[in-house]
Amino acid sequence: MTGRLRSCVLAVLLLLVPVAAPAVQPDEVLPDPALEARAREISDGLRCLVCRNENIDESNADLARDMRLLVRERIVEGDSNDEVVDFIVDRYGEYVLLNPTTRGSNLILWLAGPAMFLLAAGIGWGYLRSRQSADAEATPDLSADEAAQLKKILGE
Amino acid sequence: MIVELGHFALLLAACVALVQTVVPLVGAQRGWATWMAVAAPTATAQLLLTAFSFSALTYAFVVSDFSVKLVVDNSHSLKPMLYKVTGVWGNHEGSMLLWVLILTLYSACVAWFGGNLPPSLKARVLSVQAAIGLVFMVFIIFTSNPFLRMAVPPLDGQDLNPLLQDPGLAFHPPFLYLGYVGLSVTFSFAIAALIEGRVDAAWGGWVRPWTLAAWMFLTVGIALGSWWAYYELGWGGFWFWDPVENASFMPWLLAAALLHSAIVVEKRESLKAWTILLAILAFGFSMIGTFIVRSGILTSVHAFANDPERGVFILGIIALFLGGGLTLFTARASAMQARGVFGIVSRESALVANNILLAVSCFVVFVGTIWPLVAEMLFDRKLSVGPPFFDAAFTPFMVALAIILPLGAVIPWKRGKLDRVARIMVIPAISAFLIAALVWTFQTERSILAPIGIALGVWLIAGSKMDLWMRTGRGDLQSRLRRLWNLPRADWGKATAHIGLGVTFIGIAALTAWEQEDIRVAQVGDTFTVGRYEITLADVRRVQGPNYQSIMADMVVERNGRQIAILNPEKRNYPVAQMPTTEAGIDNGVFRDLYLVIGDPQAGGGWAVRTYIKPFANWIWAGAIIMSLGGFISLADRRFRVAPGAARDRDAKPVPAE
Repeated sequence: MTGRLRSCVLAVLLLLVPVAAPAVQPDEVLPDPALEARAREISDGLRCLVCRNENIDESNADLARDMRLLVRERIVEGDSNDEVVDFIVDRYGEYVLLNPTTRGSNLILWLAGPAMFLLAAGIGWGYLRSRQSADAEATPDLSADEAAQLKKILGE
Repeated sequence: MIVELGHFALLLAACVALVQTVVPLVGAQRGWATWMAVAAPTATAQLLLTAFSFSALTYAFVVSDFSVKLVVDNSHSLKPMLYKVTGVWGNHEGSMLLWVLILTLYSACVAWFGGNLPPSLKARVLSVQAAIGLVFMVFIIFTSNPFLRMAVPPLDGQDLNPLLQDPGLAFHPPFLYLGYVGLSVTFSFAIAALIEGRVDAAWGGWVRPWTLAAWMFLTVGIALGSWWAYYELGWGGFWFWDPVENASFMPWLLAAALLHSAIVVEKRESLKAWTILLAILAFGFSMIGTFIVRSGILTSVHAFANDPERGVFILGIIALFLGGGLTLFTARASAMQARGVFGIVSRESALVANNILLAVSCFVVFVGTIWPLVAEMLFDRKLSVGPPFFDAAFTPFMVALAIILPLGAVIPWKRGKLDRVARIMVIPAISAFLIAALVWTFQTERSILAPIGIALGVWLIAGSKMDLWMRTGRGDLQSRLRRLWNLPRADWGKATAHIGLGVTFIGIAALTAWEQEDIRVAQVGDTFTVGRYEITLADVRRVQGPNYQSIMADMVVERNGRQIAILNPEKRNYPVAQMPTTEAGIDNGVFRDLYLVIGDPQAGGGWAVRTYIKPFANWIWAGAIIMSLGGFISLADRRFRVAPGAARDRDAKPVPAE
């Protein structure tokens, strides 16, 4: 895409661009689509620190722009995705990760759902079994009316 | 003067609520008919008083009375009239008043349309409703008074947050509140049933229409909010797993579960205790949801601490009703004996599975939402829980739900045969599989999401249609079509709602998997190609709005040289609130939206322009609308219209055949 190449030429001028620009700017986009796709993938999981629950791709904040550029810088230098994320976490702390790690107490977060599901499924299964086995004992006797009706249907 | 009268009416409403809390409850305990009868007229009086109070506040906004502090903080004389009115609930105090107004509206509806309820149950339900109303009115009067005057009125107001000046968001809160507060009725029914110690089939029948109404409004409210985010925030996201969104989604999930479990109570006299518990929790989450939005506790502990008076009051209210309800539940739940007997393969089992999946998925959302708070308080870790977590932890439950739904919908009550179900479901299963294969073959991306999501959607839609068709029995096509038309509306409602869910599934899967994006600098006059479209940035103009300035682009969209649309994306600036907003230019289509955003002028000349092609985007909200339409059709079922539960309970009044 020639537009992207051209915008890279413009990248030199990016420092002159006024602030409060919405989300990813043309001048940030990497020329190599594969690298850019990786940058997007990483950005998706990084939180803009000064926003309310927005990832850095969606955010208008200057800080988010700095982080986007930092991510791309690391990618261009040859870091793997994990290395880029580690680098960002080292700088900004665990708070930037929209996808919480599974380390330490976060295991509770990740396991809470599956554990609750197993528990609920167990209780549910027990309940279903009880409703089924109640079959023999709980079938109510026919009332006098019903008995009479049955007799009639069966032909006296 | 009118403002003071509004304030006074609210105080009076609180007094009436106090009477309505105490007198009918005592009457029901003692069996005094005259005391119980107090509930209905007081409910009407409360509605009139809160309606007057709300109208007074609305009047202050409409005439821009800047001696009222709330009007100053949230309005401006230049604001369009629509947003002056919606500004009434675009803030904490006003939205609380709307909450109370809707609560009294529901109470009055119970009083008016609950003629066939046993008097003691009706009295207790209205008494609990009044207790909720009373506490909220006290909360408003003492901590969030919307009627406060300014000693020195300013010349003009500070304007409403520009993001809220939008038709989508203007009507989002009323629908959401109609949903939240509708669940108060099921809560009141649950508490009343616990006090009486009796839950039977008739109770299930009485609770269901209220749950249905609440769920229907919640669906519309959530869809409006999501639609708003889509076109207003400037990149076309539709769901962000934000705490505020989760706060409305959790009651929705529980209301959906309650809707299904109440059917089991009504038809089979089982799942009683669970249904009561769900009713209590659903309203609990509604209250939490109401407060999360305004208190900001989940975004930061500090925001909560800034306003401890309201915060403590809020926690007190939730503790009172949720704690009280649960205590009563533990004391009385054992009295709820299940009566129905059924096999493992049965509609009952399917609905139990439905409830497990919905309740656990709600639990997952809950844990994810509060985890940052818990981690900070207990483990001293400042962390975020964002969309990647919810996508991974929540989606599996929805996939499982979609798989079992069409099967469960056709299994008969009590005892079913798997092979019969399998025979019915062959056609939907084959069509889902074919669609998946087709999608997999023709998509350019190797994404697994789209084939699976779309196949599930097709499975839901085809399965629901099959369900309806199988109900028409045997015979020639004509008589089956006639019978199809004459099926009970509840059956039509059920199928419609399930089809809506399928449509939403397709929309979410297709949009997430196939979205295309293009970001570039365009000079005025440039033409560029995105997907199959040629887009020309024809002009960029400055436009003066009523209370904003705008930079508006004229963009011509063509396909194969034929003009499809001229779109006008805007960047607005609201000088009073000092806030910019983006207004995307969207060409809506059945199979794709074309979504254009104009950015900043670039240093080298030209403008930052972003183009998105969003396949099947509208299916997401269309599905939600179809779902709530299904709820509406069910509500119109004659069983609810004639006399909910009455015919069943008393048998005395035969309903004439149609």
